[in-house]
Parts: sequence; C-alpha cells; structure tokens
Amino acid sequence: MLVPLSWLKDYVDIDITPDELEEKLFSSGFEVEEKYEVGKDISGVVAGLVEECEGIPDTHLHLCKVNAGEQGVLQICCGADNVRAGGVYPLALIGATVYMTAKDHKTVEGVMTLKKGKLRGYESFGMLCSGVELGVTENMYPGAGYNGLLELPSDMVPGTDVKKELGLDDWIFDIAITANRPDCQSIIGIAREVAAILGKEIKFPAIDYTETEVKKEGFSVEVLAPKLCPRYIGHYVYDVTIGESPAWMKRRLALVGIDSISNIVDITNFVMKEFGQPMHAFDYEYLEGDGIVVRCANNGEKIVTLDEQEYELNENNLLICDKKKAVALAGVMGGLNSEIRDTTNQVLFESAKFARDNIRKTGRALGKHSDASARYEKGVDEYSTFFAMKRALHLVEELGCGKVSSTHCDVNTGNSIEPSPMTVSIKKVNDVLGITVPDEEILRIMKGLGFDPEINGDELKLMIPAYREDMESYPDVAEEVIRLYGYDKVVPEFMPAAKVTMGGLSLKQKRELKLKNALCEAGAYECIHYSFFSPSDLDLLRLPEDDGLRHAIKLINPINEDLSLMRTTLAPSMLNAISRNQKKGNLSGRLFEMGSIFLADELPLKDYPKERPTLCIGIFGENENFFTLKGMADHVAKTVCVEFEYEPAVKTFLHPYQTAVIKCNGEEIGYLGKTAYEVCDSLDLRTDAYILEINVEALEKYYENKPVFVPLPKFPMESRDLALVMDKNITCGQVEKVIRDSCRYVDSIKLFDKYEGGQIRKGSKSMAFTVDFRPADEAFDSETIDRFVNKILKNLKNSLDIDLRS
Amino acid sequence: MNERLENIRQEIIEGAKELSNSKSAYEFRKKFTDSKTGKIGLLMKEMKNIRPEERAGFGKGVNELKEWALDYFAKVEEKIKKAELEKRYESEKIDVTEPSTEIKKGNLHPITQMRNQLIDVFAGMGFEIYEGSEVENDYYNFTALNTPKDHPARDMQDTFYLSPEYLLRTQTSAGQIHVMENKKPPIKILSPGKVFRSDDDATHSPMFTQMEGLVVDEKITLCDLKGMLDVFVKKIYGEGTTTRLRPSYFPFTEPSVEVDCSCFECGGKGCRLCKQTGWIEILGAGIVNKKVLENCGIDSEKYSGLAFGIGIERTAMLKYGINNIKLLFESDLRVLSQIDD
Repeated sequence: MLVPLSWLKDYVDIDITPDELEEKLFSSGFEVEEKYEVGKDISGVVAGLVEECEGIPDTHLHLCKVNAGEQGVLQICCGADNVRAGGVYPLALIGATVYMTAKDHKTVEGVMTLKKGKLRGYESFGMLCSGVELGVTENMYPGAGYNGLLELPSDMVPGTDVKKELGLDDWIFDIAITANRPDCQSIIGIAREVAAILGKEIKFPAIDYTETEVKKEGFSVEVLAPKLCPRYIGHYVYDVTIGESPAWMKRRLALVGIDSISNIVDITNFVMKEFGQPMHAFDYEYLEGDGIVVRCANNGEKIVTLDEQEYELNENNLLICDKKKAVALAGVMGGLNSEIRDTTNQVLFESAKFARDNIRKTGRALGKHSDASARYEKGVDEYSTFFAMKRALHLVEELGCGKVSSTHCDVNTGNSIEPSPMTVSIKKVNDVLGITVPDEEILRIMKGLGFDPEINGDELKLMIPAYREDMESYPDVAEEVIRLYGYDKVVPEFMPAAKVTMGGLSLKQKRELKLKNALCEAGAYECIHYSFFSPSDLDLLRLPEDDGLRHAIKLINPINEDLSLMRTTLAPSMLNAISRNQKKGNLSGRLFEMGSIFLADELPLKDYPKERPTLCIGIFGENENFFTLKGMADHVAKTVCVEFEYEPAVKTFLHPYQTAVIKCNGEEIGYLGKTAYEVCDSLDLRTDAYILEINVEALEKYYENKPVFVPLPKFPMESRDLALVMDKNITCGQVEKVIRDSCRYVDSIKLFDKYEGGQIRKGSKSMAFTVDFRPADEAFDSETIDRFVNKILKNLKNSLDIDLRS
Repeated sequence: MNERLENIRQEIIEGAKELSNSKSAYEFRKKFTDSKTGKIGLLMKEMKNIRPEERAGFGKGVNELKEWALDYFAKVEEKIKKAELEKRYESEKIDVTEPSTEIKKGNLHPITQMRNQLIDVFAGMGFEIYEGSEVENDYYNFTALNTPKDHPARDMQDTFYLSPEYLLRTQTSAGQIHVMENKKPPIKILSPGKVFRSDDDATHSPMFTQMEGLVVDEKITLCDLKGMLDVFVKKIYGEGTTTRLRPSYFPFTEPSVEVDCSCFECGGKGCRLCKQTGWIEILGAGIVNKKVLENCGIDSEKYSGLAFGIGIERTAMLKYGINNIKLLFESDLRVLSQIDD
C-alpha cells in the first residue's frame, strides 16, 4: 500500500527521519517494500526571478537575466512561450539533475545533469523548467501541467530550493500489510500504528457535518443478502455541483496513483484511501423507485459497468439495485447507468461492508478487479464503514459541492462498532513470550494501540476497538506486546522445560535413503519431477484406452493441460527428462527418481488416493544395454537383501523382445526394458534408452532383512566349465535353475560364452557356464565332482533336452 | 695352476663386458658357477687329483676365485638390472596432464541433499521425521490450521483441487494435524515433503519442497523458537550466523514471525545476495495457534508449541548459489552433477 509521508503527518506527528520510520515499521510488522522521495531524481533547482527578458530576433527564444538569490543573476536562454519579466520559475542551475524530455516536451526520456549551454550563440547558465522536467503533474501542483514553464508564487524568494514548494521533498512508503491486519489498509490505519510506535496521539480527521431539513420521503434500503452484506449505509446529498477538487485533494490522490475525476468521485476515492473503506456515489436522478435493494443476481442477469463492459451474472454475484434494475456490481464497480456525470445534482453515497470471499469470487469469476474489490477482498470492518460515510459527508461540506440531507439509511446485522472488553492473564502473555515484560511496558504498549488498558494483579483489562477484528485472546495480546516491545528482547533458550525425545529416521526412511545412495554409487543422478503429468504422456506410452494407468486423478484447476493429471507411472517424466538431456547434448547418463504414484479407487475422488512410493530408473547412451540396467536392478535387490527374478514380458512402450517383469519371492514388483523405437522416435532420442520401474512399497516388508555372514569355506572351491547345446528358445534362467536344483553343493553359476551359428545344428545355440562347487565337510576329489556333473547333465537332458557340446 | 685361475678371472672380466641383459648374465654366470658344469665347479672336482701338499693352496685359490666371481657377478647383474629398469621406466613414460579416468558415480538431488542436512540437524535435537501425503483434504490443509473459509489462501488461485474435498497440500503444516491427532506431547516432528501452489513463473514452481518443524510440550515459548533456530542456522550456514525475528502473520501460529539470518556471504555488511540489508529471509515460524492445538484435542492450557516452515529449494539455492528454481526440476545432468555436498 502506498503511503505518502505528508498525508501520514496530517494524523500523527512524525519527528524521525524516513529511514528511521522505515526501520520502526519493519520491526513492528510492517515491511516497507519500497521507499522513495517523490523528487528523488531532482536536485539543484531553485526559484529564479526573471528580471529581464528579451526576445532573440528570428527565433522563439528569449534571453533572460534571472535572479537566483545567492547564486547571483544568471543569463539564461529560454524557449518557453510563457516566460516573462517578473515571473518566478524553477531554475535548474549548472550541475542540477532534472528529467530529460523528448521533442514533445512531455515524454520523459531519463535524467540529465545540466551543463552550461549555448543556443544560437547565446550562453545559458542554467535552464528554466516545466513541470514535466521536474516530474510534477498538474494534479500535484496547479499549473505544472502547462507545456511551458511552471509558474511559482511571485513572492517566493529567489534562490530557494523548489522541492519543498512543489512537494518533491515528500516521501512515498510502499508498505506490505499482512492478511491479519486489514485495518491497516488505509492511511489512518498506518497512522494509528505509527502513533503507537512513536508514543504519539493520533489526530483523527474531521467527520462533522450539518444535516439539512431536506428529506427524500419514502427512500429505503433493503438488504436481501445480509450474510454477503452485513452493513449498508446510504446517504442522500442534493444541490450538488460537479466540479474540480481542490489542489490538496488532487495531490493526495496523485501521490497514491489515483487520477482526479470530479469532486464527488474524488471524495469517494479519497475516503477509500484515508479510511480503507470503498465508497460509491450514484447519480440519484437515475435511480428508479426511491430505494436501494441489495440482492444476489438472477442467473443470466446482465450489467454494464462504468468502464462500459457488459457482464453476465449468476446467483453467486451480489448486486446493488434500485427498485427496478441493477445499478452496481457490489464491491467491484458501479453501473454505467447511474454514474456521476457533469450534470449530476443529487447523489446517493454508499458505504457498505461486503463479505470478502464473495467479492473475491465474483472478481475472479468475471475477471474484473478494481481498487474497491482489492480492498474488499482483504476485509473491511464496520467501524470504517460507519466513519467513512461521516468523513465523506464532511468533505462534501468542506468542498462546498453539495448539501447533506437528513435521509440516512443504515441497515446492519447488529454488529457493534464500539470497543469490546477483553481480559487476559499477564502471566499467560509472558508464558507465550518466554520473557517477563514489565507491567508498565505492557500498559504503555496497549495504551499506544488504543486498547485502554488497566492492570489489576495478573489481570490485564483491555477495550478492543472494533477495527481490530484480529484480537481474540492472549496470544494475540502477546504478539502486540512483543512486536512493539521488540523481538530483539527475546532471549534464545533451548527448550529447558521440554522432555527428551528420540529423534531420527524411521527404518523405512533409512532404507529409502540407502536405496537412493546405492543408485548414486551405481552412477545414477537423482531427479525430482512434478507429481503431475500430461494426458499426452499416457499417449506417449501407447497405452490402450482401457489401460489402468489411464485411470489418473484429474486436477480441477491445473495450470495447463500438461500438468493436469496426477502421475500413475513415473516412466513418462523419466523419458521426457532423457529427451531433454539429449536435446542439450547430454548423450549418455543414468537417472533415477523416487516418487509417489497416485492410485484412486474411484473417480472423482471420494477418499484419499493411494500414494505408492515408486522407483524409476532411466539410462541412455552407447554403453548401456538391457543388462547394464538389469545390473542396477540387482544392485537394488542387494541393497534390501533380497533377490529378484526376471521373466520375459510385453509392455506397449518397450521393446517386444527386451523387456522383463521383475519378481521378488514370486510377487511381481516392477519391470525393465528397452524403450520401444516408436517411443524413441516421438521423443527424438538419438541413442537407445532403457527404463525400469519398481514398486518400492512392495519392498517394505523386506526392510528388516539384514546381510547374513557365511563363513569362508574350509576347503577350496572346485569349478567345472560346461559348454551346452540346446534349443535356442531355452533361457539362461531355465538352465541355471536345473543346474542349481541338481546339486546342493552348487555355489555360483556364471554364463561366460554364447554361440549360435555354423558349428552347431540349426535352431540350436550353445551356452557355456562355469559352475562352482562349494565343499562342506571335506575337500571334493575329482570323482565326486564328476558325479555331480553327470547328475547335472542327466537332468539337463531329461528336462530340457540339453546336450554337452562335443 | 695360478695361471689357470687367473685365466678364468680374465675370461670372466672380458666376458662380462659383452653382457647386455639379465638373461645372458644369468647364462654367463652359470657357465662359471654351476656346481656341476661350471668352470669353477669343475676346478673343485679336480681337487682329488691334486697332490696332497698342494691341495690346501689349490683349494684356497679356487675358493678365493669363487668368492671373487660371485661378488663380481652380483655387481655386474645389479648394474645390468638397473640399466634394464631404467629402460623400462623410460618406455613407460606418460603424460600426467592427460585426462583422468572418470569414476562413474552419481549423486543425490540438491533438494534431497539439503533435506538430509536439515534432517541431520534436527534429528540431533530429538526430532522424528514424518512424511505426510501429497493429497490432503480441505480439513487438514486449511480448516484445522485455522484458515477460515473466506481466507484468500483458500482460493482456487492458490490451491490445486482434485475434488471439492480433496486437494494437493499447499503446505507441510497439514502434517502437523495428523501427528497431533495421533501422538500426545511431547512431540518433536520434522515433516519434509512436496507441496503445491498454483503459481508458475520465473521465481515460482507449481511444486516445491517444504520442511515443517513442530514442537509441542509444556512451556514452549518464543525464546525456545529463537534458541532452536539459532542452532539451526549455525549448523547450516556456519558458526558466525545469527537470526533475527520480526512480526508476520500465518493463520496457524500466533504470534507469527519471519526469521532472517545474518548474510553468510558478507557476514552482515551488505552485499548483492542480501540486497545490501545484511539479512536474508529464510523461514516463517511462530507459536502454534492455540486453536490449532484445540482442533487436535491437545489441552492448550497445559501445552504450547512452536512451529516453523522452511522452503528447501530456497535454502539450497542460497547455499549453493543456484539462480533459477526451474533448474531443479528439469533433470539436466549438467546441473545435477554439479552439487555433491
């Protein structure tokens, strides 16, 4: 919120520098996001009295002798059409900084430093300035809008710096207001805080006015939606003369970024900034039926707002209506049909409180926002609603732009605007803080905030002003005390009263971290991807329409279609990550992600969905193949002390002959495989990519598993190489299983060679294994090993028709 | 006789000059010293043919020759071996400035690394880790956390909804409620996890990571919060780091504070990182709103609590100087491989 220091000073004496004020606001909970002097770019400009002024022949220029006080009398060349002897103008001395303008003399093009100039052979020791060159608009200083020199008062002493006269020495504070303090969304609100901080009295603006005898007979206000409009105050003003606002009001509005429109409209805007209460003024002539009705719109009802936009409404939008038609979109914008015109001579002022969420929803739904709606969304209190109307009526009188009738309607739901009593225990307040704040300090702080405190023993009695809707109980009091007493007085302690607790990771958390670390050891980098993905990601996987993975939870309000579904698989995010890497020139790598997939029993969601922790690995590059990825899978298995089995499988997005499901103790827990070429093509992949997904939740039951130490063999291992010939469809796994089942002394079986081709019969292949035998109680002699081998060969022949290669 | 010995000696000396490698040296030595076939060995066998009175002299001469020869051969062989090694070393000369062989090792995501560091600090203080769910219902995410129905934070603009009732949690504080409903004080919980807000621009990501801390016990005060956070910033940003509390607002804490730490880049003097203020905003915290405790069935007269919420991305970005939050979710190997702390 923009707060001009000069405006603030109307309500509270500020005897500290802007820097000090910023610091104090900051430490009491009001962060100043930006602070600047209005004339921050202007320096070295003084009042200059033109003593002589003569036209330079054949030019539009004048050669002037300008009295600059202590700077002496300077020769200045001036091209403005309004320069004349006897005039006092801003004079930028050599070395001064002012705004540089384009040829139109209006568009600011930057800041310039004045140098001695020479125009048409005449030296100029400075420059007489226009408003634009000083950054002063008509609304900030009357006459500043003229496209020529800005005229200063003729009695201004030559040589005086002009910044004070032009208000350029004023400061603007842009203050961030937290959501619990809507009462500070106003100049008065900030003034109250500053008064409390500085220990000063607040000077409340005048709200008195005189009601005339005139009455609008039969005028009424009816609120049909009291929950959405807990208070509505209307006041009829007549004999209105629409005209310009006084300079002081225009200037105030200009400093907070509001254009002056007319006296009546300016009053509503001024009060909104001053009290934080949005107001509206209707041209009474265009209100039909002498009355206001506050109601919800009918579905399909339309309104045209002040800015000539038409909106179609529904029953959720609140309307201000006369007896026949809608005249304003409540809290957002007035209707075009009843706007203030130059000819308006009777006005109905509105000061109302509307429910903040309703205003917000209407604004969002219609895409329509205004200063008023922004203010209502933050919350308006009825204290302000009440006083703002009085202030507006006072200003009508002060500006002499109308007469205040005695037609005043105040429809409310019984909320009081009087302070309400609250009693808290001082001990409890101090217990929240952990320090003991002296009673006199508590009294000082509470008094400064206008809480009218009294202390009786441990009892602190307060009267809470109606605008402090955030004050509910002792923690709120504690917060008020400490923010004004100073957070720097909080003494660091380390929970001296707390009980000892056991901290650290649970077994599940430890195992998951171990898994991640194991994958890092295996050369993989961890990724984190969004929990949502795109419907096109499911198409990327070439999934059939009825595939379970398509049963994804939809976001009602996604940022866009690409982030609109909760993930049911981590594979697409991984494939996309590989694709992105390749596009950036990373042509090989190993990535993994541990994240949740979201599985719903029922859509739309009726209960919490299942969030299943899942591991996804993606590897790519020339050195990778199915078995490097399988190696990583086995590494995962070893990390949780289990073994995986692999069986050929088919997935729509994977290679038909290089895909396997992963099983653990017979339970299917995942898959791995080479990415199908169709998928690679649609991702523009330049190398092969391999992908794996494992349901980590299925591994949780093994988290208690520990590595078991096997004593080293007492006798040396014996090994035999077996070259076998078999049907080419027999798998390595099948052969290994037969070998292992044939002899209990078999320790490890390693495939070391494969062959398919001319030397063996067609339709067959050869595989060669090294089989290790682990002796138990005594060393094996070669006859024993031969016996084992014969049994193995016999079983291989019987079950799979496998022969020893001759 | 002496002449013969002298000849052998000369033969050895001359012959040794021709030797070029250890294999020929070995053969050459064998030619003289082999006990059966060597020239010196054969001399020993002649002993029995020597007249007894000359035997002692002969034996002495042969022995002296043998000792001399062994010593001589040893010296010769050592020289040859040395020369050979020199040659070998030279032939194996490498350019040590050539690139090293890369060790293929990955690393954890910067967010996970930061998360682990934070967990380490707080686990040491007795915090357990609770990971809540990413999908929450309205009650746990808002209502129980004292966020009234008309609070701006509840608006569709900020929250992703999955149904009128279910949503993606906007803060890990939602986990507080689950913990407090199921566990009675003393509670010390750290709750890290993904959270979601409907923001997507240069500095916001629709998903990011928070870590919520919660302590509920008897007599927990603002002083405890300050003391605990002082320890935290020292462990994460260095011993010289201090904290500053300033008033703020969160619906679920009262009083609420923003916590700044002294700039670890410049030590508080003012620099670009801290925008010349000497302070860096790191987290929001406060005393748990007693309504929140009551919503969970905890006696707010007896117990009080403190809570804090840290943005892990921001913490990591500050610590490692990562300049764009989006980089953390793009999985670019050139980014991921840089941070291994």
